[in-house]
Amino acid sequence: METIISIKPLLAVLVSLLITPILASSRAPNVREAWTFVAAVAKVLIIASMVPAVLKGAEIVYTVAQVVPGVAIKFRVDALGMLFALVSSSLWIVTSAYSIGYMRALKEHSQTRYFVFFALALSATVGVAFSANLLTLYLFYEMLSFATYPLVTHHQDPEARRSGRKYLLYIVGTSIGIVLPAMLICYNMTGTLEFSMQGIFAGTEPKATMVVLLLMLVLGFAKAAIMPLHSWLPAAMVAPTPVSALLHAVAVVKVGAFSVLRVLTGVFGINLLTNLHLGTVVCYIAAFTVITASLIALTQDGLKRRLAFSTIGQLSYIVLGVALLSPKGMIGGMTHIAMHAFGKITLFFCAGAIFVATGKKNISEMVGIGKRMPVTMIAFFIGSLSVIGLPPTGGFFSKWYLVLGTLQADQMPMLLVLLGSSLLNAAYFLPVVYKAFFCTSEESMFQNTIQEAPIWCVAPLVVTAVGSIVLFFYPTLFLNLAKLAIGG
Amino acid sequence: MSLQYPALIVVVPLLSALVISIAGWVNKRWCFPITVAALAVAAYSSVGLLFRVLDEGVIVYKLGGWDPPMGIAYYVDHLNGLVLAVVSIVALLNAIASKKSIEQEFPEKIGPFYTLYVLMVTGLLGIVVTGDAFNLYVLLEIAALTGYGLIAMGGGRGPLSALNYLYMGTIGACFYLLGVGYLYIMTGSLNMVDIAGILPDLYQSKAVMAAFIICMVGVWIKMAFFPLHAWLPNAYTHAPSASSSLIAPLVTKVMIYVMIRLILTIFTPEFSFNILAVSKPIVWLSVIAIFMGAILALKERNLKKMLTYIIIAEVGYMVGGAWLGNRVGMTGAILHIANDALMTLCVFLAVGNIVYKVKGAEFEDLQGLFRKMPFTMGAFIIGAISMIGVPPTCGFFSKWYLISGAIQAGHYGFMVALLFSSLVNVVLFFRVFEICFYEPFSDHHGHGHDRHPEPMDEAPVTMLVPLFIVAAILVLVGLYTGDIVNHIIEFAIPKGLV
Amino acid sequence: MADLISIIVAKYNYWIYITLMMIGLYAMIAKNNLVKKIVGMNIFQTAIILFYVSIGVKKGATIPILEHGHGGHGHHVVHAADYVNPLPHVLMLTAIVVGVATLGVALALAIRVYNQYNTLEEDEILAQIREE
Repeated sequence: METIISIKPLLAVLVSLLITPILASSRAPNVREAWTFVAAVAKVLIIASMVPAVLKGAEIVYTVAQVVPGVAIKFRVDALGMLFALVSSSLWIVTSAYSIGYMRALKEHSQTRYFVFFALALSATVGVAFSANLLTLYLFYEMLSFATYPLVTHHQDPEARRSGRKYLLYIVGTSIGIVLPAMLICYNMTGTLEFSMQGIFAGTEPKATMVVLLLMLVLGFAKAAIMPLHSWLPAAMVAPTPVSALLHAVAVVKVGAFSVLRVLTGVFGINLLTNLHLGTVVCYIAAFTVITASLIALTQDGLKRRLAFSTIGQLSYIVLGVALLSPKGMIGGMTHIAMHAFGKITLFFCAGAIFVATGKKNISEMVGIGKRMPVTMIAFFIGSLSVIGLPPTGGFFSKWYLVLGTLQADQMPMLLVLLGSSLLNAAYFLPVVYKAFFCTSEESMFQNTIQEAPIWCVAPLVVTAVGSIVLFFYPTLFLNLAKLAIGG
Repeated sequence: MSLQYPALIVVVPLLSALVISIAGWVNKRWCFPITVAALAVAAYSSVGLLFRVLDEGVIVYKLGGWDPPMGIAYYVDHLNGLVLAVVSIVALLNAIASKKSIEQEFPEKIGPFYTLYVLMVTGLLGIVVTGDAFNLYVLLEIAALTGYGLIAMGGGRGPLSALNYLYMGTIGACFYLLGVGYLYIMTGSLNMVDIAGILPDLYQSKAVMAAFIICMVGVWIKMAFFPLHAWLPNAYTHAPSASSSLIAPLVTKVMIYVMIRLILTIFTPEFSFNILAVSKPIVWLSVIAIFMGAILALKERNLKKMLTYIIIAEVGYMVGGAWLGNRVGMTGAILHIANDALMTLCVFLAVGNIVYKVKGAEFEDLQGLFRKMPFTMGAFIIGAISMIGVPPTCGFFSKWYLISGAIQAGHYGFMVALLFSSLVNVVLFFRVFEICFYEPFSDHHGHGHDRHPEPMDEAPVTMLVPLFIVAAILVLVGLYTGDIVNHIIEFAIPKGLV
Repeated sequence: MADLISIIVAKYNYWIYITLMMIGLYAMIAKNNLVKKIVGMNIFQTAIILFYVSIGVKKGATIPILEHGHGGHGHHVVHAADYVNPLPHVLMLTAIVVGVATLGVALALAIRVYNQYNTLEEDEILAQIREE
């Protein structure tokens, strides 16, 4: 495999980090937001410029500093990392536009702080995507935890403080209390933390140790919200909606899922997991999360809370797919990072747009809203199709591969879980859409005049909804990256 | 010139003390520049010395040309080369930051303050640079006596706390002196290297063991190792800002250095870890120290006092790491001397800025500080994150070595203690951040667009710049951990220790 | 029992310094008055000074001044056994100075404390602090 040494990965991380002083010091909001766009576009361009090399099977590496023997702070761009970085950075542009619309419409306070920490969070996300070893990944994982705290608690009221505490307790508590010791034990056993296809273990370690380490590393990355460490996610929904959209549908939670993928594929390695039959353990934990989260989602009336539980379930799809250890399942899991991101961010954008336009947060108050905000609700419909996994949306492909993966791995129970959960997804999303459009005029809570949210809110959700459809027709890029990631 | 570095390190601050005390009578405004200049020379010399050590290896400097063991010799190797650089840089940065807060807190005592300040730095640097066990005692007392003065200057409960510190400090130093006396009886020498050469035949002697234990207890009292810590929190809390941000980062760390010097040089690791089978209990003691430090910190409602209890926990880190009895743990302990000195300086400087502006460090005083003092709080966050142990700040990497050492020694209790303390630090610091961030709550919950933020009211530039420099150093040291360990600490630990 | 007595008698200097040290330590811990504590501290320091001085002693030895050193030819060998060891005594000069300095600082602090609280009894001071 070809290895290219280039500073580009570092630049991709730094571009949004270095912009923060400019953002913090700019007085005019327009200037500040222009710089956000500049950084976001620059970031996408830098990342995109590495795509051709990655598609050719090359790896781009850059070592920042050799910090402990055998482990460096080091970037390595491979297919899986590229997939994730592309998704998160391109959605940052859209979210920035949406943030402008949302924050200005609601006259939120401390917008400068908001944009600064948003940029920081994106640096950390891309850092996680490009990490070459567990230590670097941990570094950016922690950076993301602390950078998102002020975003989650943006409103600075007692409720935000409560949620912030829960957020920290789960996210930082697990990363210091579980991941750190597990990482150090791995390091002391093997002397390295470098991700590789074969994993870092010799395969001769006692199985009990392996099981404990695996559970520590899979559950410890609590951003993946695998039950029982999920309840920070609904709590974090106190954040402004753009934060929920990008961070709790794309960046933060996907960083968790991505870290778990790295642990499974890079630290333990598929072969070791297959030999020790450890994949099944993870599968069952993930499957439990998928079903339970979907059931809880059914009972939620708050739209954002319903989306939150839906996210918990969908994240476990990703973990489940990879833990199947069959090639198709892994492709499904990896592409689901992208497909779910586009679908779910659309849904969050819609929830925010509804809140901006009407001030409503609960599903029971949204009867007939389709007549007032048709564009938003059509986008919502497309987003839910993608999350459920129906054509013509990108979500169909990842689900399809996941289903094929269960067959390939000969895991009938998992097939049932996937199908059952898809039905549940439909059950908690489609009624919202149905009630929005099809109701009698007595039932309708809104007048028939069309009154959408500001253009800055609506345009982004249209873009992501269209993106979901486009991904159905042109999924090749992400599929190819996923195929490369599992070794061709 | 560079040949005289070891002497310059001590002599320049010592003589400047004289000059400053005279300048204090003539014109108070001269005190500060002289202090900074003297400390800058010391810092320059010690950094230069460190690089010379890296090039040439151990440097022996005979004071007055007298040969050891008769004369006093300064030995500079990789271990104290590193500590010297850290001590002198911390002292310099803090001196720069102290200008405004001294002018505010006691403008009439500028002369005495800076005299004591440079004398204390002289003592600390001397402790680190000397190769003579008795000379070390004298310098120990110089550092301690000036320290009492610096603490008592604050008024309020300062004098009483300083007096309590004085009782304990004197007992500690006397114990050390007693231990040195036993060593002298057995070996007839006071030169560290000389003693180390004579001792191996006497390792089984009861008197040597007694000497070791007595010395250890002495330095433990001086470094506030739990349960000998009772003097520390009050003394550091009631000291004026500029004193506490000198004493808190340096005194305990220099004492840790003395302990490691005793373990590694005077008595060899062979004696300390194998012949004296006391490592395990001492590590357990440090586990208790870490737990108690963390728990006691939780109950404090004063930012400064909370930090002092964290120092007690950090002392536990280093004592435990040094006594794990393996190379990795020792590396962690030595690395943590440097890192902890820097991060303690960072948080205490930040507290100094806060006290300068809001006149207090009680939790109620901290409301709305993120708006009021964003720069100070930004640096404080970096210090806090380093104390919690988050990469890429340096606190993470010393913790990494300490935990690795614990795993290699099979001492999981120590590992749990370190993790517990990290988690408690998260709680401690975020409790502070919460107050600074949320409170006072605005009347309208939810969308607080109608809140009226207090205007920004930052500390003066002379206080901010050193703070920023330290914060940057925390990250840089973290990123260069690999180099520091490979080029400095690796040579500071004898080959015998694996 | 006879052994014990012989140990005590043979090393009586050590026993004296240990006793003094314990008296000093007791005063520092148990006394309520700050000045009495300082006195205890001084006894403690003095005990160690005595210990050092006593270790320089040799039976039948004389003061460490060369008998024929001045004007002589200095060609005879110096027998260390003939002289008490001067080094501990010299060291103790320094230690005494340190002790005096410590005492001075301690008394100065005690005066500051007295001016502040109008008492030197520790429990009364603590009661005042609690009232604040």
